[in-house]
Amino acid sequence: MSPSIVALAIISTIVAIGSLVGFVARFHHKMDLEQWTVGGRGFGLVLVWLLMAGEIYTTFTFLGASGWAYSRGGPVLYILGYLPLMYVVSFYILPPIWEAGRRHRLQTQADFFHMRYGSPFLAGCVAFVGVACLIPYLQMQITGLGLIVEVASYGGIPRTPAMIIAFALVGAFVFVSGVRGVAWASIVKDLLLLFAAVFIGIAVPRIYYGGIGPMFAALAHARPGHLTMPGATKDLGHAWYISSVMLTSLGCYMWPQFFAASFTARSGKILRRNAVLMPLYGITMPLMFIVGFSAVLVLPGLSNGDLSLMTIVRKSFPAWFLGIVGGAGALTAMVAAAIQLLTGATLCVKNLCRPMLAPDMGDAQVAKFSKMMVLVLTSGALLFAIYSSSSFVSLLLVGYAGIAQIFPGVVLGLFSKRVTTAGVLAGLVTGIFVAVFLMLTGRDPYRGLNAGFVALCLNFAVTGVVSLLTPVRIAGFGETPPSLAAPQSGNGGDLT
Amino acid sequence: MKRPSLGAILLGLIPFAATCFSVSLWDRVDPMVLGLPFNFFWLIAWLVLTPLCMWGAYRLEVPRASDGRREEGGPQ
Repeated sequence: MSPSIVALAIISTIVAIGSLVGFVARFHHKMDLEQWTVGGRGFGLVLVWLLMAGEIYTTFTFLGASGWAYSRGGPVLYILGYLPLMYVVSFYILPPIWEAGRRHRLQTQADFFHMRYGSPFLAGCVAFVGVACLIPYLQMQITGLGLIVEVASYGGIPRTPAMIIAFALVGAFVFVSGVRGVAWASIVKDLLLLFAAVFIGIAVPRIYYGGIGPMFAALAHARPGHLTMPGATKDLGHAWYISSVMLTSLGCYMWPQFFAASFTARSGKILRRNAVLMPLYGITMPLMFIVGFSAVLVLPGLSNGDLSLMTIVRKSFPAWFLGIVGGAGALTAMVAAAIQLLTGATLCVKNLCRPMLAPDMGDAQVAKFSKMMVLVLTSGALLFAIYSSSSFVSLLLVGYAGIAQIFPGVVLGLFSKRVTTAGVLAGLVTGIFVAVFLMLTGRDPYRGLNAGFVALCLNFAVTGVVSLLTPVRIAGFGETPPSLAAPQSGNGGDLT
Repeated sequence: MKRPSLGAILLGLIPFAATCFSVSLWDRVDPMVLGLPFNFFWLIAWLVLTPLCMWGAYRLEVPRASDGRREEGGPQ
């Protein structure tokens, strides 16, 4: 058998096992909207851990981190910087978000805004920002799957057909499994990813340099400057590092899928314990950097840094091992894409389409249309993936610049009585406008700072000033006048 | 919503100070520690030290957190 057939067969087997686990896990649960989106709010420590890890350790971890270590060098450290810090932020904001979610039966991030600020329009804007920012994130997963299949087939399957196959797989997976299935499929993926990361992170430098220490010594000697900031770039220095770490650690839990994942927990305590423990799971991330750094001298001149991990694995190990690594990567991308699609589709239907088109749509219909919306969103991301070629880290940073603009509305909504609907809306619009303007006009980084961070600062300033100038209508959760309350499922939550 | 206590916030600021604001102090290759460049080693060390800080914050926050049960007792 040719090596490409061996590798592809192993990848397919792993993907099939992961999907099967996801499919079986949902079997004993009735799939209504509450179960499909927030798993019946009954997840304990382990399932919440798996779900959050499943979403946070994505294709980006696997291919993007090594890719940037290869092509940019030092600036890749910003990933290690924000990783523990985003959990620090989650420690303070997720438990109150969870509490609001349970009291008011919230299912999406936009529900949160609707309930807190009493404005379906603001909720619609938040949903729109969330879905728009998910597209580059989804694009990253689909491109990642495509890259894996391309490298594993030794070039036999070109990238575009590979991405179309990936698209079909992800769509089918999310259709059948729901959030509980995704959490269980994460187990398979996490075990494989852990194994693959530890093994190649140790073996690759050993094969070419005799160990991790000699690898870094050789690299520091051959490319002085690659290992510190700004590395191989001109403008990603310390100011960029600080602003990017701040932007990503504050913005991370603003991703609608991470935000909604907190609703799956059984208690706020579980989320706190998770926040304490999660940074330890990040220990696999440096291993990905090591693979990327090793590739600098072994495979100089790759056109696309994101290929470095798969290419060096293909060069160093037999085909079956390439298959295992590719399978772990493929499953990772599928799990991450599935949860993004699930959240994006529910947001779209529940908080954008329903209020605008059919206010009397029932929950059962929302669930049905959400499944259709999954197809629409995947197709969108597929088109972007085919027609654009940004590196994974760049894609992620674009998404972050947008999604982090939701942060002021969330954190002030939780802890301030003075913030107003008009203030949050004005801040959000300013933030998005500034971020889009700076990025489209090639001003990222802006004066050495991450453009998204500049936008976030202005967003906070505008939110504060406008809030002080406008009267407070709703001073906190549970103080929404019933006439403005969101049309909730079930009893609508107790508003007392 | 109840705001977190000052002590818990200060504990959370420690990792921010150590891995974010102080970057120019530790972004160096030498001295290499355990074969790793110093900046790399420093950030990996904080993957382990951050949970320690947050465990402290957890001990401070959990006794005062209103976690589920109390409010669920409404109908009783």
